[in-house]
Amino acid sequence: MKPKNPVKLEGAGPLPEKALEALNHLEPSRREFLKTAGVMMIGFGLGAATVDAQNPLNPSGNVDPAQLDNWVAVAADGSITVFAGKCEIGTGMRTLQQQLAAEELSVRMESITLVLCRTGVTPNQGYTAGSFSTWTQFGAGGLRAALDTARDALYQLASAWLGVDVSRLVLKDGVFSVSGDPVSRVSYGELVQGHRFNLPVNRTAVPNDPSTWKFLGKSVPRVDIPAKTKGTFEYVQKVRVPGMLHGRVVRPPSLGAHVRNIDNSVLNGLAGNPQMVQVNDFVGVVADTQWHAIKGATALASGITWSSGDTLPAQADLYTYMTQLRSRDSFAVNTGDVDQVMATAAKTLSAQYLYPYQMHGSLGSSCAVVDVRGGTGDNASVRAWSATQSVYDVRTYLSTLLTIPARNIEVIQVEGTGCYGGNGADPVTFDAALLSQAVGRPVRLQYSRSDEMTGGEHYGHAVVSNEKVGLDANGNVIAWDYEGVVGMHGEGPLANGIGGVPGPGNFIPGALAGFPTSQVAVTATPANPVGGAFWNFGNTVPPYVSGTIGGANLGTGTVASQRSLTRIVESPLWTSYLRSPDHIQHTWAHESFVDEIAASLKVDPVEYRLRHLSDPRLINLINAVVQKANWETRPSPGFGGPFRRPGSGRGFSCVLYSGFDGYSATVAEVIVDVETGNITVTKVTTGIDTGAVINPDGLRNQMEGQVIQGISRALYEEVKFDRAASKVTSNDWRSYPVLKFGDPLPEMVTILINNLNAPVTGAGEVTITTIASAIGNAIYDATGVRMRQIPLSAENFLAAKAAHKV
Amino acid sequence: MATYALRVNGQDANVTIDDPSTPLLYVLEENFLLNGPRFGCGLAQCGSCTVLLDGKPIRSCVTPVSSADGHSVTSLEGLRALDNLPNPHALHPIQEAFVREQAMQCGICVSGPILYGYAFVRDNANPTRAEIEKALTNIICRCCAHSRMIDAIQSYAKEKSR
Repeated sequence: MKPKNPVKLEGAGPLPEKALEALNHLEPSRREFLKTAGVMMIGFGLGAATVDAQNPLNPSGNVDPAQLDNWVAVAADGSITVFAGKCEIGTGMRTLQQQLAAEELSVRMESITLVLCRTGVTPNQGYTAGSFSTWTQFGAGGLRAALDTARDALYQLASAWLGVDVSRLVLKDGVFSVSGDPVSRVSYGELVQGHRFNLPVNRTAVPNDPSTWKFLGKSVPRVDIPAKTKGTFEYVQKVRVPGMLHGRVVRPPSLGAHVRNIDNSVLNGLAGNPQMVQVNDFVGVVADTQWHAIKGATALASGITWSSGDTLPAQADLYTYMTQLRSRDSFAVNTGDVDQVMATAAKTLSAQYLYPYQMHGSLGSSCAVVDVRGGTGDNASVRAWSATQSVYDVRTYLSTLLTIPARNIEVIQVEGTGCYGGNGADPVTFDAALLSQAVGRPVRLQYSRSDEMTGGEHYGHAVVSNEKVGLDANGNVIAWDYEGVVGMHGEGPLANGIGGVPGPGNFIPGALAGFPTSQVAVTATPANPVGGAFWNFGNTVPPYVSGTIGGANLGTGTVASQRSLTRIVESPLWTSYLRSPDHIQHTWAHESFVDEIAASLKVDPVEYRLRHLSDPRLINLINAVVQKANWETRPSPGFGGPFRRPGSGRGFSCVLYSGFDGYSATVAEVIVDVETGNITVTKVTTGIDTGAVINPDGLRNQMEGQVIQGISRALYEEVKFDRAASKVTSNDWRSYPVLKFGDPLPEMVTILINNLNAPVTGAGEVTITTIASAIGNAIYDATGVRMRQIPLSAENFLAAKAAHKV
Repeated sequence: MATYALRVNGQDANVTIDDPSTPLLYVLEENFLLNGPRFGCGLAQCGSCTVLLDGKPIRSCVTPVSSADGHSVTSLEGLRALDNLPNPHALHPIQEAFVREQAMQCGICVSGPILYGYAFVRDNANPTRAEIEKALTNIICRCCAHSRMIDAIQSYAKEKSR
């Protein structure tokens, strides 16, 4: 039908050719559409239209997340392109964002093309990490707010077009009709015609009511799984660029060793034209095929003389060594009265827990393809295909590393192996960039297994946890004192946390190439918590204290007198963030310790926890989980309890991840062979409350994966290093065992609390946070032996058992 | 330089390689442009490079190209062709089972579970869960989708025996 009040469109123009080229991973029909879509300016009086709105497709530029056009484009045929900055890293974020877009815009999922994580094209949303992506995208600054702004604008346009009040409009499948009027209709395509909204994102735009959801809340199958199953999916490992060469790095044989001398004549006569690349201690080989690069690198390694490496502590002395170092200190909470209240306690208890370095251990070795043209400076340019979690941050680091302006650098995220945090994805991109810059050709670099585990890997933090509580005469906690000593080095993008400035030198390749690595900035006195902001990142604050800051109680518990001190020390090994970074380590300590307190009082460990909790959602989740697990209320250890077999037991653990980002409660059941120390997890019942459930099957898949990975990390995983050789010796799957097929798998029961009116929060790291402590507590319940050190291996069990007998 | 005759996913092809010890994986990636087999460790420890050599699962990262000369190589892409099913670009029934069970997260490992699972079910009708787990021994899925993968293989086996 003809519009009653046509919107006047002005200033048309096709999208620039370069922008279309940037979308060459889209299917051809979509490309054709974008080529013909006009770019026009329209304004229709919804708030202040900004003067200088960015082109939504603007390679090598910046993409302002405050502008609606940088998130949503509607074509004349009604098809919709959505641009977002949270990557698919194997967790289902692509499908989830597609569900969200379809829901808020009331269109079918198939009519949306979702473009993710590409500099100059998608909004800069930082790292896809920390279990924060779902929370971000459903929040005021994320994708959801942009979609709702677009929806509201479309309503306004339709109201004008059809000449009726917004309240009479009915929206379905991208078409507006008028209630009581069978004739009047207008589609998104007709309304927008491929033009621009030219509006700021309205952070207060109201989301669709969850009770009306059609796509959200449903177990929508993952859109990426068919191609991955068929084998055709293009992982970053499979990116093929014309003229591409293959690279290989040659890392120092020991940590901190420097190149003394290189005899690159060893490459003479080798097949595939291998070329050496050296930038200070960064050494690599580039050749025509992978095999030729491997053979070249092997040969070159024999031609290099290195200096001796850093002095490492002995593995057995690591934790003592850490606690003796000068530290960077901060309080997450400190009510200032802990010593005083502790002095009045009827009884005090204390214990120390230890958590080792662990590694991401990505299955597919990390890989990147980088094409540096023109050497260095203003006339050089870079295109990088990377499995990074943040295209914009990698662009910044590449700019410094290569001395090429950021505006000349394009970083394209292509899915790689599951990363579980800061694995080799960013480092291998920097390695490939150094190789490509030196040879002037596109270079594909994939790490060897040893490179993946020792040459580009920033390990998860080793942590020493000192717990102390004071109890009153009734056994209730009246003061809680915690000190976590965390080993960090480099930290990649998180160098701010050690008082540094993130740069290439905070990653292994950048440091080898000569860029400075931030050292832990030691403090004279601990920093105080920021008033009013309870930021429990790392879950350094136990669930049982009130989290009192600036007069507000922001924790999940009731204990009023509280202190949580984090002491960051310089780690001998490179580190960064690994799934549930620090949360898993500190929760291992808190949740083991509360269990110890309950056992010392001969009180059921769940009942004892509930005594000290105030958060209704956490309490509700705990009750749901223990009921499902048929938890019998009794103290631990439970010899002769419901688990009649000798050596069987159950343990509990819970957390509110980061203090706001999703609740987890878990019951683990184990069988322990007390003679051999062999520990088998037989069943895990785990519940989650992440607000409204977005994709039930996707959420269960995440939880199940975290249960098994959590068992692997609890029972098997510890990075080993050798003091004499100054190197990490965990360099393959034999020297770093993880849970494999053929190892015992538990029965798994997952419980989802669908809290429709609560804010949507993260799920990628929530469940795994409670697994190790639930298992440790089950081992105690089964045997009366308290294990205070990860891994919960047979060897460590037998050591704990021997110590227990003393 | 030597020329090897390979039958890759049902297609006969000759490939000339200078070094007979070149692992088959790299030839499949670089000469045949296959995306199914994926480099994981290069040490036969994880299974992500698995292909079928004359129908038997092998680790292509440690198999020299010379030992595939004159043999048939099947990757994930060619499983349908191997069973002479129409429309080779569609999913094989075991792959459909993996989609049905949503049996992965990142998916980089799936050559191992799918191809070992396929060969085991072909040779062992109606396997138990425990038998499937054993057949997959020494395959690693770091995202830890083990249970769903075993479900998928069992679901495929049940469908196949019907």
